[in-house]
Amino acid sequence: MLWAAGFLIVAGIFFFAVGVLGVLRFPDFYTRLHAAGKCDSLAAVLVIVGIALYNLADFSPSNLLVSFKILAIAAFVFIASPTATHAVTEAALIIGVEPWTKKDEPQ
Amino acid sequence: MAKAATFFIMLTFWILMSGMFDAFHLSLGVVSCLLVTLFSHKLLFYGEPRRSWLKSFPGMMLYLPWLFWQIVVANLQVAYIVLHPRMLDLIDPCLIRFNTCLKRPISKVTLAQSITLTPGTITVNIHENEFTVYALTRSAAEALPGEMERRVGRALEPTS
Repeated sequence: MLWAAGFLIVAGIFFFAVGVLGVLRFPDFYTRLHAAGKCDSLAAVLVIVGIALYNLADFSPSNLLVSFKILAIAAFVFIASPTATHAVTEAALIIGVEPWTKKDEPQ
Repeated sequence: MAKAATFFIMLTFWILMSGMFDAFHLSLGVVSCLLVTLFSHKLLFYGEPRRSWLKSFPGMMLYLPWLFWQIVVANLQVAYIVLHPRMLDLIDPCLIRFNTCLKRPISKVTLAQSITLTPGTITVNIHENEFTVYALTRSAAEALPGEMERRVGRALEPTS
């Protein structure tokens, strides 16, 4: 159980690291949003499920309840994260932030 | 009916979240759930009383694991792009529009959220039947709507 939890948390941290790297490397606002909002969706869920498993390592009804609450956080992240990403993207498009396209690159 | 259902869902959630079963905390829960039900019973069961969310529950249970698998696959693709040394050659951001054949608002929202959750694509806007999607790569844009729309339709649309 602890090994599975550790594996999930490490995998989550890997995806978070990739997300941070993506925010630093991508060329413009929208592509950075991809990296920020996206790697978070999987990474956060992996870390949260890992923590829930870790918490279940010594099994008891109250720990089961706590794990359920932790899993509920994952569900909320799943609903809230895309909503926020969508809202930020649309706001940026409305105020006219120019997207980076392939043509900008010197050939 | 909607009020009673809202109240019981709220109360179940309260009990699960609080984890305290003495009379004081339970009565606090009943009072606050009643208040919330009075204020916002129209929010949880919005329109369409005939086809309740209970009916679409099995469909969603089939759809969610598939969606999660898609998220894992797409995340690995985005991770590959991020870590690639010549990353700027791989990405080709573009804005695409497509029309969906989904009818119910809930299935449109589910499709939009799924598209946004899947790395590489963000739903910018839904207007009537037209989705505006911002995609990171050409191949991610071409994959839309495709499989995901069919699966959402199977999960949530009334079978006709």
